[in-house]
Amino acid sequence: MNKNESSETLVSYPLVKLHLAIAVFYLLVVVLAGMSFALQFLNMYPFPGVELLSPGRVRMAHTQGVAYGWLANAFFGLIHYVIPKLTGYRVYSEKFGYVLFGVYNALVLATEALILAGHAQAIEWAETPQILDPFIALGVIGLVFNFLYPVWKARGQSYYVTVWYVTAALVWTPLVYVMGNFLPQYWLPGAGGAAITSMYIHDLVGLFVTPVGVGLSYYLLPILLRKPIYSHALSLTGFWGLAFFYPMNSVHHYLFSPIPMWAQYASIVASVGIHVVVYTVIFNFFATVQGDWRCLVNSIPVRWIAAGALCYLLTCIQCAIQVTMTAQEIIHFTDWVPGHAHLVLYGTFSFWVFAWVYYLWPRLWKTKLYSESLAEWHFWLAFVGVFVMWLDLLGAGVMQGYMWKQLVPFVDVLQATKPFWWVRMLSGIPILVSTFLFAINVYMTWKHRHEAVADESFLTAPLAGGPEQKPA
Amino acid sequence: MKSLEKFNVIFLGAGLGLLGVAFIALGLIPSLMAKKVKPIDVFPQQVPEDFQAYYKSADEYRQALFQGRDLYAKEACWHCHSQYVRPVGNESLRYGPVSTVDEYQNRLQLPQMFGTRRVGPDLIREADKKANDWHFVHLYNPRDVVPLSVMPSYPWYFNADKTPKPDAVALVAYLQWLGSWLDTDNANPTVYDTRQ
Repeated sequence: MNKNESSETLVSYPLVKLHLAIAVFYLLVVVLAGMSFALQFLNMYPFPGVELLSPGRVRMAHTQGVAYGWLANAFFGLIHYVIPKLTGYRVYSEKFGYVLFGVYNALVLATEALILAGHAQAIEWAETPQILDPFIALGVIGLVFNFLYPVWKARGQSYYVTVWYVTAALVWTPLVYVMGNFLPQYWLPGAGGAAITSMYIHDLVGLFVTPVGVGLSYYLLPILLRKPIYSHALSLTGFWGLAFFYPMNSVHHYLFSPIPMWAQYASIVASVGIHVVVYTVIFNFFATVQGDWRCLVNSIPVRWIAAGALCYLLTCIQCAIQVTMTAQEIIHFTDWVPGHAHLVLYGTFSFWVFAWVYYLWPRLWKTKLYSESLAEWHFWLAFVGVFVMWLDLLGAGVMQGYMWKQLVPFVDVLQATKPFWWVRMLSGIPILVSTFLFAINVYMTWKHRHEAVADESFLTAPLAGGPEQKPA
Repeated sequence: MKSLEKFNVIFLGAGLGLLGVAFIALGLIPSLMAKKVKPIDVFPQQVPEDFQAYYKSADEYRQALFQGRDLYAKEACWHCHSQYVRPVGNESLRYGPVSTVDEYQNRLQLPQMFGTRRVGPDLIREADKKANDWHFVHLYNPRDVVPLSVMPSYPWYFNADKTPKPDAVALVAYLQWLGSWLDTDNANPTVYDTRQ
């Protein structure tokens, strides 16, 4: 640890605040886009015949907004917070950080606008218009440089697990971005392009969102609980397991396609291998909570982490089942897949970001959270909403898959899916409402930041209403 | 085990190394294998009969295919319609012959649009299954021909008198091209066309 830096000057707090605020804004945008698109399935789309709000384009704005507007913004803000704290060094340059923040968000905004204007790229999760791709690649390289600089300076120290995850993710992200956006677009058609695209689809989640999300939770959980993580060895196994298995999961997105079969088999084996990763992480998290189960009731951030971990466990159990060829025959191309995606990106990683926002946002402004009861409503509405949506889409997927196999006419399958699509749309309502409650809470906390807080002890106490103090 | 926590090992080993291995094994080698396959010639030498009213030369028709492909990309048609037939799930009975590598080794597959979801049916065997006029009506308002459809309508590709703009013609040319390189007679399918 660099003893010359106090923790007050170490972190560029304004950048943490800016990234988090923009992230919350995009979350509002994407839930509205998601809800609109869900209405299209019921032929109740709110803007029929409007070219700029065509459902297909809005769907792309939804997924791009989730990945780049919401999760990536929140992650960059939180990396600005954890990396200097863990390494004892500042990012390369705070000014550069502001430039990157501006450039990055201008590009995200341009992405959303150009997608709606009809300039999308036809690569899944890389719908960013081709014209923006080189700039985004440069921006990401800049971010990586800014963040890796303190890690590199601290290379003599032993790193905490969060630093491994974030470091690896920062190396992977620009490589994956360049690979996925350029190779299939300009050089590799057909099956080869699909192999690369599948790698991009998987690595965006597996090598950016997952390691950063897991790494951030590894940081927050021990702080909330005021005790070290349960096992260092499990942390290490989980990290290297991820680095080994996740990159090879790719082709499982295009099983039974013209991609060579041996590559498909390899990706299935690697996908089953991620059980190793997930069980170590989940066990480590819950074994750390062990003994302080009351925190799940008392502490909203701990509860979000636990709920996210539960979703992570379920998605990954689901993953290892759904990648088998037996299951793929039925559930591929069906609503099962968006069901899975929502449990991953909303149920798991968004929940972990919520944990961070509820922990960090009041502390950033040296004030109290505006309303505990709004936070409770946010949690339960989101939790119930995502589980109803998940189960509903899984059911729809299995039904569709078997009906297709039985050669039921296509529109009859659509008709049979209608009730499921109703439930999916209705399950979006609590998610939509909860997101607005969350945004109101975040906004009001900021608005009341100047009000004197009578008791400031909570700022230093890691957990308001946390584990009971054991007598010394 | 301490070495597994060092900057260099994480940067080079986990970061570059393991991603590199996966990229070569599951990205590059399959791509090179696909490149070695002799591609099917997917571009017709002359303008198909149904499009001779719109396109004078094979070149013009070929350009229209690219134009249609770009529209298919930007409207995200590929998010709800896949473009490959799998050898399982009775798909060859519903759609037509199972997809093979050599069909996709051409410039219209940059980027490929295999797709991962079928809200609507697969389209890689779409050629000649429907008349051009059916496609125009369907694009203008899908529910006019498929009452239970949930597909969005695309009225901005049509003039005020509901005649198709050049974009709509190009999009339909692209849809009618999908699978046209196979010898199967889609107009008189020997398979069960149970899509509606």
